[in-house]
Amino acid sequence: MKHPFVTLGLAAALAMTSGAAFAERLISSLSSHQVLVSSSFAGAELVLFGSVERDGATVPRRSGYNIVVTVIGPRQTLVTRRKDRVLGIWANAQSRAFVDAPSYLAVLSNKPLDEIASLGTQQRLDIGMDNVPLPLTPSMQPTDLVFRDALIRLKKERKLYIEEPNSVTFLTPNLFRASIRLPAEAPVGTYEIEVKLFADGANIARTSSALEVVKVGVEQFVATAARDYGFLYGLCTTLMALATGWFASIVFRRD
Amino acid sequence: MQIYLPIADLPVNIFLILAMGLAVGFISGMFGIGGGFLMTPLLIFIGISPAVSVATVSSHIAASSASGAISYWRKNAVDLHLAAMLLAGGIVGTALGVWLFTALRSADLLDLLIALSYVVLLGAVGGLMMVEAIRAIVRTYQGKPVVLRRPGSHTWIHGLPFKFRFKRSKIYVSAIPVWIIGLIIGFIGAVMGIGGAFLLVPMLIYFLRVPTATVIGTSTLLTLVTMGSATIMHATTNHLVDAMLALILMVGGVTGAQFGARAGLLMKPERLRLLLGLLVLSVGLRFAVDLLAQPSELFSIRVVDGGGA
Repeated sequence: MKHPFVTLGLAAALAMTSGAAFAERLISSLSSHQVLVSSSFAGAELVLFGSVERDGATVPRRSGYNIVVTVIGPRQTLVTRRKDRVLGIWANAQSRAFVDAPSYLAVLSNKPLDEIASLGTQQRLDIGMDNVPLPLTPSMQPTDLVFRDALIRLKKERKLYIEEPNSVTFLTPNLFRASIRLPAEAPVGTYEIEVKLFADGANIARTSSALEVVKVGVEQFVATAARDYGFLYGLCTTLMALATGWFASIVFRRD
Repeated sequence: MQIYLPIADLPVNIFLILAMGLAVGFISGMFGIGGGFLMTPLLIFIGISPAVSVATVSSHIAASSASGAISYWRKNAVDLHLAAMLLAGGIVGTALGVWLFTALRSADLLDLLIALSYVVLLGAVGGLMMVEAIRAIVRTYQGKPVVLRRPGSHTWIHGLPFKFRFKRSKIYVSAIPVWIIGLIIGFIGAVMGIGGAFLLVPMLIYFLRVPTATVIGTSTLLTLVTMGSATIMHATTNHLVDAMLALILMVGGVTGAQFGARAGLLMKPERLRLLLGLLVLSVGLRFAVDLLAQPSELFSIRVVDGGGA
């Protein structure tokens, strides 16, 4: 998908160091590829470990290595609404729809993005909160930016959009770890994880991975039943209500 | 202790929900109402979406009215004939209400309508209740007897055709106002997530002259059936009933109701009505403030499709 950029990055790296050079390889591993949403689910924290593989012929980097991890949750169509005063009451008036917006987004790095790569590079590689595509329908107008900013701000308040320039730690010059925090509200689905290695302001390697958030046990049973067998589910809930009421009338019977 | 709600998709404190169920149950037992008009706003207040709140509260009201209906049944205080006739309108009203609920939800107007109808309905009913109760209290202080039922005072309602004799309640009225009352209660209940007992009981007393002996028992049975069917209809069409949330609310609700009923016996009826009126009015005012005051956060996000469950 983004191979042209890899080639570009490689080309840049090659251009800077004359002669034959071997690029770094990036390896990463996630503490768990599956997050289980059970009835006690209150969010999760995953750890991503990674290592920058070099061999004898790899050139030394002046600035050391930098890592940017981007986690993108299942895409949703989100509508940002703004309340305005209509006939004296505050009601939702204007709104903008964002098609295929990430339901969850985390941009994690070992230092502020501006110190890792230039703004142009960030834009080209889609890294950072400002560069994540939030496609607007129909076409983006400057006035629509307010709605985009509000979306990001509200998502950040709910910890569904996270921007942390210090959540990637280098344990040794070549070994790093990153912590990915999922709030309890994180929707179920597939989360894409992309790790990018930077050196001297250029992206020199990348690797991707994925994790899955799934409901299990009672949660899964209830959610599936409600969606697929609505009538039976409603009937059972009503019977449960009757049983609870009947039970109470026995337990608390005074006569 | 946190518990993750499968349909509302958020974690809540199980003890907070249980306490809410207990508190609302206490109030509902005390006043002989379902308590939906308190429970729905409370759920919205703790962050559960209005749509899930309304749909789930209907099952909670079904549970609390079930225990009530059973005890009234034992006391022979239910007019089955009248309840069946009210129900004929009630089911149609509930279906219409669920249909409107679904249509408004897709047009993104549901939250506004819920808020507006709470302001209008609760404001009006709460205000009327308070005025009526204050008059009754003044009358008792002046030493005048409290007039509960004016026998023989017929209104135009009694002139309507299609009359039925409801033996248990000892009334002889047209079926048309009975159906209309059932329809209104079913409709409002499905849209607003309330049982509507606080509306139904005065309507039965003032329009149909149903005696106090059967009015509460009959209205409780009607509430049970309309809210039970509202639960099934909401679950079938909108898939928004959270059974886990409902179960916790129910357990708290039916327990609280027992203690509330005992507390209610210790108070004078008109004082009780004054308190209930005050409560209804303040919930309505709370919604009015939200609509009239400038909100601190103007923006909100709504998920239209994809992702999640």
